[in-house]
Amino acid sequence: MSAREEILSTIRRSLGVTGQEKPRLDTVTERLANAPRGLTVARGQLPHEGQVALFKEQAEATLSSVVDVASYQDVPAAVADYLRQNNLPAQLRIGSDPRMADLDWGKTAIELSHGPSDGNDLAGLNHAFAGVAETGTLVMTASADNPTTINFLPDHALVVVSAKDITGDYETMWSNLRAQYGKGQMPRVVNWVTGPSRSGDIEQVILLGAHGPRRVHIMVVKD
Amino acid sequence: MSAHPTTNRFIDNATEALADPQLQRAMTNVRSGFIDKRAAVAAKLPEFEALRDSARDIKNHALAHLDLYLERYEANVTAAGGHVHWARTAEEARKIILGICHEAGAKTVTKGKSMISEEIALNAALDAAGIVPVETDLGEYIIQLRDEAPSHIIAPAVHLNATQVESDFRRVHTHLDADRDLSEPVQLLTEARQVLRSKFLAADVGITGANFLVAETGSSIIVTNEGNGDLTQTLPKTHIVIASLEKIVPTLEDVSQILRVLARSATGQEMSVYTTFSTGPRRATDLDGPENYHVVILDNGRSSMLGTAFQDMLRCIRCGACMNHCPVYHAVGGHAYGWVYPGPMGAVLTPTLLGVDKAGHLPNASTFCGRCESVCPVRIPLPKMMRHWREHEFERHLSPATMRSGIKFWAFFAKRPALYRFATNLMMNVMGWMGRDTGRFTSLPLASGWTDYRDFPAPQGGTFQSRYQAQRQSTPNNGRAA
Repeated sequence: MSAREEILSTIRRSLGVTGQEKPRLDTVTERLANAPRGLTVARGQLPHEGQVALFKEQAEATLSSVVDVASYQDVPAAVADYLRQNNLPAQLRIGSDPRMADLDWGKTAIELSHGPSDGNDLAGLNHAFAGVAETGTLVMTASADNPTTINFLPDHALVVVSAKDITGDYETMWSNLRAQYGKGQMPRVVNWVTGPSRSGDIEQVILLGAHGPRRVHIMVVKD
Repeated sequence: MSAHPTTNRFIDNATEALADPQLQRAMTNVRSGFIDKRAAVAAKLPEFEALRDSARDIKNHALAHLDLYLERYEANVTAAGGHVHWARTAEEARKIILGICHEAGAKTVTKGKSMISEEIALNAALDAAGIVPVETDLGEYIIQLRDEAPSHIIAPAVHLNATQVESDFRRVHTHLDADRDLSEPVQLLTEARQVLRSKFLAADVGITGANFLVAETGSSIIVTNEGNGDLTQTLPKTHIVIASLEKIVPTLEDVSQILRVLARSATGQEMSVYTTFSTGPRRATDLDGPENYHVVILDNGRSSMLGTAFQDMLRCIRCGACMNHCPVYHAVGGHAYGWVYPGPMGAVLTPTLLGVDKAGHLPNASTFCGRCESVCPVRIPLPKMMRHWREHEFERHLSPATMRSGIKFWAFFAKRPALYRFATNLMMNVMGWMGRDTGRFTSLPLASGWTDYRDFPAPQGGTFQSRYQAQRQSTPNNGRAA
């Protein structure tokens, strides 16, 4: 018997089932098809404006910095501001997300590099799929538009999130993701990011900038 | 260390730990840190207790349908272009992983923190095969430099002080300036970040554990604060996930419920910094991410726990809250437990994985104060299961002769209530009289296990039973508080 068959048959023997019982099969099929939402957490159940405010408050509580940006056209200037305020060179790594790559970066002095990061970038910019108000969590999806390495390798992770993509809870975000990618389909990676990288492994003191970004800077673009 | 458990030396290990000043200093960080943070963050979420029920129910449901969810999970991983491997034992898991590493021509392997990797003693196997394993979680990196096992399931180096880490870094990082300042913990962190960054970029294979496997989508999930797990799995050409089979949850909604209690119970955060859902290898249009994605599902005795008194243990989501709140763990640290899993969850799980003959001492390392169960996010009845193990140990005549005869001696009286009352009354009076001057005993026959470490108070007043009897008679409502 293969390891797979033996493990499954031990499980079935221990549970006292054959694996062919229709009620069990139906239960599993229904659960996977319907994906019940479970218990609702009241914190994020607000009008949309309140959700956006809560997202910003929660993100700041996890030591991300957050600014409002009136429209996509203002993103290059907001990035330039951040780089200048932090004495960073005017250089930025981005993917090919048209919402950002097609902006007029020429108005700023920023020199863009495109594609995934090789670990030599100080600052990178990705577009979030969503923000979740409940915990101030950014939801990043892997693609050529927003390469995963940009989320993790640069010291400064700059992230654009559209205010309309901010949800109250994780469950609503998953519904939106299914609507875009299809039921049961996932991007290669979905990264929830809740603040800058940190470690408490030395004497339980929390220090920022372990292996991932030392800073996370969120730009919330209004609708 | 994981290959050579010292679980049957628990009493000696604990005695040494109690006399280790460095360890005792470091353990104050556990006592002061984790408990307050968890309490504060739980108090901020009104639904926290209800979410614990929800998490328990989801895990119970998943375990009751484990065979079917594993099949769905496998089908969805395969559909996403990944490979699922099944391992009955630690040895099979090591073989599978070494096979994938050889196929990838691996010279170095970076590793995210994984307790299953410790359980199967993977690093020793990689070393023996000429492949260099590099632990990348800061705590795991530190203990790898020291050739130690983790002493905590989420804070592997919690038994160490910063000065010890400093001397390890100076010993190993000899390519750096010998006069550099490492007096601040942040300087240690920065040095580890620099040293490990080049290892991330050079590794051929990345190995991570998984906190959860999602049947609905075929996704594996890791939860970290450092981002090391993400660099481990994003940069090399091959990503191997090693996970035990009870990590299965049905849907993304289900795992979201559980994630709400995981970080809060573990580190007292509302959410860990990085929660990563990985589904298969790099897609045709992707510019980064691994080209090969493998999942090794490990059984190692777990499938036989289903349907037994220990099934509830398979709900464990490895948050560490039970050890953070355990007075025995606080006193002796994690290494005293002698294998991979310390604290209350280890006291229950280790005997199932190693055998009660090797790990029977661990379930005895409990005061049955019940704090572990009271904080467990999935409400595992840990004290009850430790009692089960004590019964097994007694039935199989594995407990020491003195303990067995002591219990038999007590049972003789306990089965004869009148004699029991007479004997305890007599003892109370005799001991009360003998200890009337000092009010305490510094030594007692047959009780050196107690009096070697602290005085035994001389009894005062009547026995518990006589006082209970008196109170029942003097208050209405049968002595119960109104």
